[in-house]
Formats: sequence, C-alpha cells, structure tokens
Amino acid sequence: MTAAIVKVRDLVKDFAVPGGRAGAKAVLRAVNHISFDIALGETLGLVGESGSGKSTTGRLLVGLISATSGEIELFGETITGPGGGKRLETVRRKMQFVFQDPHGSLDPRMRVGDCIAEPLDGVGGFSRRDRADRVAELLETVGLPRAVADRYPHEFSGGQRQRIGIARALALRPEFLVCDEPVSALDVSMQAQIINLLLDLQDRFGLSYLFIAHDLAVVRSIAAHVAVMYAGALVEQAPKSVLYAAPKHPYTQALLDAVPRPEPDRVRAPALGGEIPSILNPPPGCAFSPRCPLVMERCRSERPMPRAIDAGHRVACHLYETKS
Amino acid sequence: MTTPLLEVSDLTVRFRTDTGWMTAVDKVSLQIAPGEALGIVGESGSGKSVTALSILRLHAMATTRLPTGRIMWGGRDLLGLSMRDMRAIRGRDIAMIFQDPMSSLNPVLTIADQIGETLRLHQGLDAAASRRRAIELLDLVRIPDAARRVDEYPHRLSGGMRQRVMIAIAIACRPKLLIADEPTTALDVTIQAQILDLLRDLQAELGMSVILITHDMGVIAEFARRVMVMYAGRVVEAAPVGGLFTAPLHPYTEGLLASIPKLDVDVRRLPSIPGSIPDPTMVIQGCRFGPRCPIIEAGCRQDPMLLPAGLEREVRCPPRIAP
Amino acid sequence: MDDAVAPRRRFRVVRKLARHRSFSIGFVIMAAMLIIAIAAPYITGLDPTAMKIRMRFRPPQGSFWFGTDQFGRDLLTRVLYGARMSLWIALAVALLSGVVGALIGVLSAQFRRLDSLLMRIMDALMAAPAIMLAIGLGAALGPQTHSVIIALAVAYIPRTARIVRASALVTRELEFIEAARVAGISPLRIMLRHLLPNAMGPLLVQSTFVFAYAILAEAALSFLGVGPPPPAPSWGNIIAEGRDFSVEAWWIMVFPGAAISLAALGMNLVGDGLRDVLDPRLKVES
Repeated sequence: MTAAIVKVRDLVKDFAVPGGRAGAKAVLRAVNHISFDIALGETLGLVGESGSGKSTTGRLLVGLISATSGEIELFGETITGPGGGKRLETVRRKMQFVFQDPHGSLDPRMRVGDCIAEPLDGVGGFSRRDRADRVAELLETVGLPRAVADRYPHEFSGGQRQRIGIARALALRPEFLVCDEPVSALDVSMQAQIINLLLDLQDRFGLSYLFIAHDLAVVRSIAAHVAVMYAGALVEQAPKSVLYAAPKHPYTQALLDAVPRPEPDRVRAPALGGEIPSILNPPPGCAFSPRCPLVMERCRSERPMPRAIDAGHRVACHLYETKS
Repeated sequence: MTTPLLEVSDLTVRFRTDTGWMTAVDKVSLQIAPGEALGIVGESGSGKSVTALSILRLHAMATTRLPTGRIMWGGRDLLGLSMRDMRAIRGRDIAMIFQDPMSSLNPVLTIADQIGETLRLHQGLDAAASRRRAIELLDLVRIPDAARRVDEYPHRLSGGMRQRVMIAIAIACRPKLLIADEPTTALDVTIQAQILDLLRDLQAELGMSVILITHDMGVIAEFARRVMVMYAGRVVEAAPVGGLFTAPLHPYTEGLLASIPKLDVDVRRLPSIPGSIPDPTMVIQGCRFGPRCPIIEAGCRQDPMLLPAGLEREVRCPPRIAP
Repeated sequence: MDDAVAPRRRFRVVRKLARHRSFSIGFVIMAAMLIIAIAAPYITGLDPTAMKIRMRFRPPQGSFWFGTDQFGRDLLTRVLYGARMSLWIALAVALLSGVVGALIGVLSAQFRRLDSLLMRIMDALMAAPAIMLAIGLGAALGPQTHSVIIALAVAYIPRTARIVRASALVTRELEFIEAARVAGISPLRIMLRHLLPNAMGPLLVQSTFVFAYAILAEAALSFLGVGPPPPAPSWGNIIAEGRDFSVEAWWIMVFPGAAISLAALGMNLVGDGLRDVLDPRLKVES
C-alpha cells in the first residue's frame, strides 16, 4: 500500500448556533469523531445526505474552517492544533478545492483568465507572459479553447464553468483535490464529461481526490474507497468492490437501495421511513437507530464505534460487534 | 383506448429574451389517459417545465406570448378559457407540485391555513371542517402526528415533510390530474424514495393521472408507464418505459441512458454525450441534437418529424426511421 | 475539443441601457447639459460677470433670452456658466462620496473588527439630516467652492458606505470568495478584487442619486449663504442673488431653478435606468 497523504484522526467540528435557552448558544456537532486516510493517487468517495457533515469535512481538510478537536495530517504536516495554521501555509499550494456550484464559485465580474490565474496571483512572482501561458495551458488541459480566457463566466454553460473551476484548482499544480459535489448541479449529459475529465487528470498528474457526493452511483465510477457519513459520523468505509457488493451497515444498504435506477422492471424495497435527524438534537446512541430496520435495544443508548471487520472495511454498527 | 383525460396538441410557447424571441416549447403534443402515469424527461432548456406550466397557464405573462396549439380538457380548450374559468380548474381539476416546497409555502401561515385556503376556495368548507379535512389530508400523505403538525409553520418542517404538505394541498380537492415538476430533485435520496412511494400509492388510491417531470431517468423508470423525452424544446422520443429503457431509439435517449452512473457494475469511464446543451436562443438548422449526434446524416438537415416507430412509439430521427 | 462555446454576447449592459426609455431620456438631458456647460463661451460670447447698470432688470426678450439681473448681467450667460460650476460641484461630490463611501463600505464588510467602529461613525453622521450637516460643515469651512464639495460629500458618504457594505456582505458569503481563500488570496486582495467590483452596480446607482441631490443641495447652501461665493455664477447663487427681486424680476429665479430641476430629473432618470439594469435584485434571469 502506498503512503497516505491525508490522515484524519478523531476529527470533530462543532458550530455554535443561536437558539439555546436565554440567548445561550447551542452547539451543533457537524463532524463527530471521524477518521480516514487517503493514499497517494487514490480517490476516496465521501457519501452522505444533507446534514451528514460531508461538506464540512471537505472544508476542514483544506483549512477553510478549523477543527474543534482531532487531527488532520496533510503531506506529513499536522495542520490542526497549535501552530497548525503555519504548517497549513506550507502545504496549501499542494491542495485545492472544486466547488459544487459552477455559478457561485466564479466571480461574475472577473474574466475567465483572471479567475483561473487567481491562485497564481495569490502566490505572485509570475510575469504577465508566464501567467497568460499558464492560463492557456490550463484551459487546454480541461478541454476548453484558450480564446475563452478573456470572456466572462456567464457566457458559459454549467459544464463549461465547472471545467473553468477545475482549471483554477489545477493552477498551482496541486497534488490533492477536494471535490465537493462537483457534478450534482450539472445536467446528466454533462456529469459524465466532468467525471471523465477528473479521471483523466488523475491519470495524467497523479492527483489524489476526496470526492464528496450525495449519491452512491456517481462515486462508483471514480472512487477506489468509499466512506459513508450519516449525521456527522462515518458509518461505514470500505474498498469500492466490497461496499457495493456487500454493504454491511443498514444505512448503506438503504442508501444503495433508494437510488432510482434506470431499470423499469426493478421493484425497489419500500423506502426507509423516518427523517434525517437534526444534528442540533441528535438521538442518543446510534444516530441511525430511529430509522434502522434492524435496531436493537443497545443501539438506542450506546453509540457504536467504527471497527474493522475486514481489511480496509470498517463499520460502526452494533450488529457486527459480537461477531469476529 | 379510452378517451384521453388531457390532450395537448402542437403546444408552442415563445419567450422574449435579451436577444429576441426564443421558442421554449416547439409543437409538443401529448395525451394522458385517466389513471395513467406519464413521465416527461429532459435536461435544462428542454422545455419540460414550461410545457407543464403552460397546461395550467402559469407561464410568466410579461415575457411570454400566449401559447399556441390546443390543450383539450373535458371538451374545452384551456388556452381559450378566461382567467376566471382557468382559476376554477387549477387546484380543483388539475393540481401541481413543484421542486422547491419551501418557496411554494407561505412562511407566515400555518399548514392548516394553507391547506384550508384551497378547501374553502374550491369546496366552500367552513373553518372547522377545513381544519378536520386538513388533518385527514396530512394523514393521507403519511405525516406522523398530523393533529399536532397541522398548526405548525412551514419552517419547522423538513424538506421532505414540506413536500408532503404540498402534495396534501394538491390532492385536497381530489384532482383528476396531478402535475409534479421535479418533486424530488431537492430532496435527499432516502427521502426521495419516500415521496415516490407516496405519489405512487396516492395515484392508485385516488385514481388520478400524474404527469411527472424530471431530469432523472431512474425516477422515470420507477414511476412512469409511458415516457416522453424532450430536448431543446421538442419531443424527440415517446415510448412505454419498458421499450425505452431496453431499446432506446433516439441517439439522445441512448446517450443519456449510457451516461448514467451505474450502481451495479464497475465502469471506469462513462460514455458521455459530447458537446453541451444548445443555448436556447441559438438557431440550429435541422435536428436540434444534430451538432452532438454520432449518427447524423443528410436527412437530418431538414427539420425531422416525430414519426411512429412501432407499437405506441414515436421518434424524431430520420436514420432510425428509415427501413 | 468537444465543447461548443456559446456565441459571445458583448455590450449587453450597454444595449439594455440604450433600450431603457427613462435612462435614454435622462442620458440625453445630461449629455446636452454637459455639452452646453463645456461650450458656454462659444454659445454666448458674453462675460457672465460683466455688469451693465443701464441694462438692469430686462425681462426675457429678443437680445436677452433669459433677461438680465439687478447688475445688468445677461442671465442666459450666467445660467450657462452656472452649469459649469453646479455640475462640477455635483460631479465632485458624487466622486468623492463614492470613492470614500465605497472604501469605508468594503472595509467594514471585510474586516469585521473595523465594522462596528466605522458604522458607529456613519450612524453619528446619519443622525443629522444630510442638508443640516452640510450647512454646518459649509459654515465651518467658509464660503468656498471646495468647502461646499467637502461638506456635501461628507453628508452623503454614510449612505453610500451603507449601500456598499450591504452589497459586500452579500458577496462575502458567495462561493467564489471561499474559492479565493483556498487559493491563498489575502483578505485585502479579496476586498479589492472581489468585494469592490461586485458592489460597483449599487455604487454607481447611488452615485447618480448623490449627483442629483448635490445639485439641489448646492442651491440650498447658496440660498443660506454658504454656497460657492459670487460673483462666479452657480445655479444656486444666481437664485440666491435674485431672491430679493422675485416679484419684480421673476426670471432671475425661474431660469436657474428650471435648470436645477431639469438636471436633477435627468440624473434621477439615469439612476433609475442603471438600477433596473444593474441591480441584481430586480434582474430577471433569462
């Protein structure tokens, strides 16, 4: 196994939100003690529904927000804890972020070329000529003609804008990209193009990805490992081949089953009942217990911890604790 | 075949844009039988939502020309009705639900008020009766603890619950036709499955027809019996779901199906449709899909017609029609 | 290359403005006034300050279209030259309050620690009506053209700053700001490259209204004796000088008054048009 470039241990992120009694702030735990690794040149798919904490996790990794506790190690540098901010600066150039919304993530007042060159300007020291050359090269890399550099983002379709966003992310030759639902705002016929582009870039530059999605289907074509989040916690992580063939956690099973498939003869099992729990007021014990078809008594009081049931396969569920 | 409940023929809707008039819906025809589930699938700019809104005459008046064509409902052409008659049909005979249940609900009214509004308007119920009926309706859309929830405000409910409330309002007057425009797109996967189950159950229980509009082929496969595929304002293919998914005729349908990420097999590279969806203001000679089509031929330069292609099937593609 | 790029749409804003009726009317009015103000010497050939006592109080007639004032000065000439002074003051006030207001606005939006300090100062300035503030400042700085400009600019800065701050606070929450932060862009640079350009629309609209107010306010200050000093004409001080003769020589006040109204109207029409076209809250996505 290759070395892990990303190591996350016991990561926790709390947000203070107004709404407690008498002006006190309530604490919302968006990310609840999660741990995972991403190996060099590999893709981890991070899947979850709204409120699962998947986007917060992505933002923690690139330092957009800071962790409440736990540890993030990137390229051997620990960016959390005392002095983490300084160490983050030393590795910042190696990682970038691809946003979900190709409309909101490009400044409408800036030309495409300037959007793409923004990370270069942040570092500085590029001549006008070098900067233009690099922009042209990046546009070509993502499959856009170099002439688009002096146009404005609104002149482009969603898929083209996402290519521009990817070009910007590549500007400083990063090694690790966090892709936050990069295709979920796109039309179906555009999604495959962008996923294929990300695959090509990975082959070409040896990139590692954290690919965040709400949909297990999209992740299957790009990720080697998949981690499933629910209400801030990681409920299951496994190599792709294992997770899709033999999902263990009841939530993973339900999530797989709920995806509508283009197969008219398929009879889907009745939908999982209940609602996604509010992370402001999580149920005691396992967060999934109120909806779990296999719920046991202890699930309602005791939070299951992730444990390995096979090589690289970890599940947080009391069902699998007695075995092995 | 029974007489259709709704019959739309040659519906054309044009919008004014910065750069001139644009045809959002181009001669769309459709029929729906009582109790039938029809799916309309398409990507952005396909005209699927505009088609639905035009059936209820809810298109933006300021920037739209009056749609042309015919929308026959119970022996009357809806396009010829006065706004007053049209309002009587909306909500009572034909109801609609939308993608975003939050913006469709008024944040300062309770659920009981909002459901009651429709009931008082169309059925003349008094306050107490409409409240009782509202609770029944919430039960019907499987909202737990309906008697308590009925007095809550929309912001207290989750997205899935709000969509259930919208459905309750839509079915309050037992409409014969429900038009659902991307009803699950804003919802999480597990909640989407719940709403689809609910819609299917209600359709059977109430015997209504449903037109489901979506961009998601999987949702169509699960819900509809017959499906129309739209691209750039036109219907490119119409077929029963079984036939469409096993043997798509139009190259666009084919491409769309191929590019869907698969859950059960490992595909390293997904086949993709090259190019992008055409800018709706751009004029394309001949077949609108031509610039992206792998099998384009000389016959596609003239505007291709939607022609019959086997049992209950139609396709707008000369290479696939030719013997 | 598998992606066709949509045809380029140039000058969309300019085309929309050209089609906007009230903008076009306002634009024509303001352009005409500006040209007349610049070309004043070629239009009249007379000196706006030359007194001819024998020609006092001539009503509008063949050789004096606007009549003459109490010193026998040609009123048309004075109104034309007054346009130079009045429009210059309005432009300077709009520019000065625009630049300073925009800076205060984006600084408070981007640097939250400055925010409460800057906004409390703005609140204090806003507590007094703009015109009272300008009168006080004008009186303190003395009757000079530049003190009028400073007094009016200070009076209008808080409103501009508030508008720019509000716009920048909205922009700050958008994803491209996060994108810039991941790219390692400093807060100061984010402010200048993203927040400021995205506030240009509301800023421009606000500045046109400040321009219109400034024309009116200049007249008010002159009336109270703290306007630009005579004998050099401004629309305001022409009216101020003519007020003692308003019954006998109505024309002394009417013609500059009409010019003030027309300029304020023209600029308001321009502002309305700009707001319709630039303000995203009213913009309909097609």
